[in-house]
Amino acid sequence: MTDLPRGPAARRVDRAGVVIALALAALAAVLVWDSRQLPATTMYGMGPEVMPVVIAIGLGLLAIGNLIDALRGDLPPRESADPRAVLLIFGGLVLLIAIIGLGGGFILATSALFVTTSAAFGRRAILADSAIAVVMSTLIYLAFDRLLTLSLPAGPLERLL
Amino acid sequence: METFAALAHGMAVAVQPMNLLYALVGVFLGTAVGVLPGIGPALTVALLLPVTYKLDPGGSLIMFAGIYYGGMYGGSTTAILINTPGESASMATALEGNKMAKAGRGGPALATAAIGSFVAGTLATIGLAFLAPWLVDFAVRFGPEDYFALMCVAFVTVSATFGDSPIRGLTSLFIGLTLGLVGIDKLTGQARLAFGIPELLDGVEVTTLAVGLFAVGEALYVASRRHHAEEKIEPVRGSLWMTMEDWKRSWKAWLRGTMFGFPIGALPAGGAEIPTFLSYSTERRLSKHPEEFGKGAIEGVAGPEAANNASAAGTLVPLLTLGLPTSATAAMMLAGFQQYGLNPGPLLFAERPDLVWGLIASLFIANVMLLVLNLPLVGLWVKLLAIPQPWLYAGILVFATMGTIAAKPSVVELSMLAGFGVLGFLMRRFDFPIAPVVVGLILGPIAESQLRRALAISLGDPLVLLQSPMSATLLGIALIALLAPFVLKGLDRFRASED
Repeated sequence: MTDLPRGPAARRVDRAGVVIALALAALAAVLVWDSRQLPATTMYGMGPEVMPVVIAIGLGLLAIGNLIDALRGDLPPRESADPRAVLLIFGGLVLLIAIIGLGGGFILATSALFVTTSAAFGRRAILADSAIAVVMSTLIYLAFDRLLTLSLPAGPLERLL
Repeated sequence: METFAALAHGMAVAVQPMNLLYALVGVFLGTAVGVLPGIGPALTVALLLPVTYKLDPGGSLIMFAGIYYGGMYGGSTTAILINTPGESASMATALEGNKMAKAGRGGPALATAAIGSFVAGTLATIGLAFLAPWLVDFAVRFGPEDYFALMCVAFVTVSATFGDSPIRGLTSLFIGLTLGLVGIDKLTGQARLAFGIPELLDGVEVTTLAVGLFAVGEALYVASRRHHAEEKIEPVRGSLWMTMEDWKRSWKAWLRGTMFGFPIGALPAGGAEIPTFLSYSTERRLSKHPEEFGKGAIEGVAGPEAANNASAAGTLVPLLTLGLPTSATAAMMLAGFQQYGLNPGPLLFAERPDLVWGLIASLFIANVMLLVLNLPLVGLWVKLLAIPQPWLYAGILVFATMGTIAAKPSVVELSMLAGFGVLGFLMRRFDFPIAPVVVGLILGPIAESQLRRALAISLGDPLVLLQSPMSATLLGIALIALLAPFVLKGLDRFRASED
């Protein structure tokens, strides 16, 4: 325990802040790399390759600014977060994308998202929630696909309707 | 008076039965969605954008006006009854309004918020109607370099000048600007940041970004910190009506709030936070009952609510006359115009006066409808608030993804939605403001094309930006607004080290 703060000035380095700064720098690098692939144009004024570089410079400066804030520990305090809840909802989104991508249809996809989100907010009645989800998304599907003629992706369940 | 003639013409458009119906549906949907906790007006507009997809532009813009004002009303109901302001501009309302609700005076708190919003919305819309033609006359003379400079001012003020941290605000802005680069460059047809993915060639959809950042991000954030606090709905007890005393204490606050809200909203300075907090502190200073502040003072609800609504109408001034969105909600309104290929600005006033003035006139109508609808229906809105949190957020996410699925049912688009959701979550967690991302995405490409147009006209001479007195002044203002927070912070530190 030698790295205890020695005074009010010596605050901890915020690791997450350092990661944010690195991510910004990486984004700036991607911008520059991408703009290199654009052929230089001969017209007067500014070609499409200029603005990405300008923005990349801005991002680079902001990466430095964020890094200084992080090293000083100048970031606002954060409360503890529940990673399980976040992962559950994120998993629900991944499920939704997979079901839509594989042609499973709107009802199944949104029901999966509904159930995982509701579980993330602490519900344990998965069967009851699944029933609610299927009924609700079927009603939404009928209302928007049939009445408002928005085209929502159809899967096995939608074809039964 | 040409304004009166134009406004009368707009009224004639707005009172057509079909348009009245659109306004009514908009007001109703806007309030219903806006009342849900965690959903501010910007997200309300973003979520309801797909619903208006199939309507004609005139009707859908009128519906939009209703959604916009309805979302504001709904937000104040949530702030008062459960103390979760959907946006920082409702914070002052939540401060006093929730205390009033706890003390059994929820009815008068809701009433003063609704009537104050009506007074402020009406006065500010009158201001909009008179200011807009004048500003349009002025804006027709703007060259591309002036527009570019004006957008620089908007960029800086939206992100750096008024936030907690200019570095974090600018970081948000630059993330938005980066997203704005994605897709085919309109002037040369070159693809930027598309990485060979065909879906990215069209660029990033504003609605996908907004729904991802606001809805998915908010759901992730609320879920992550659910263990910290339980929300509690205050039942509306007692009379809905304001007493004589309440009226006496409210009316001046409404007018003062409007005076703060409209001009600050109309400046390209963005955000309703400043006028609401100015109004709150003014009311506190002028009140005959300063001891009640913090315990449920009615002036503390009346003033900030009026300021909030007046500034919402104020932000329509730069939006309609210059095409300049200065808040997340205004950015969503601009996205609504763009889905019909309409670009707000001086030209739209000349080319489609029926559309613009119909919209302005329907703002008055929406306001009246909200006043008439909202107080009697408050019981219904409270029922919406009682939806259990797990189902509420699950439902919000289903609706949020439905908009994207209906517009573009592709894996890439949905992955972007999920990615923006994670971005929104991280930005909330690390306290980066969200609105600058949306403004950057929308305004970035416009600013770039104005700059390139200016440089093409000047044959590549960058001095053109300084030769126009207008653009030189605006760029100077932008520079001062950019440096001011850093200088002030430096001064603070200097003083602190001297002490």
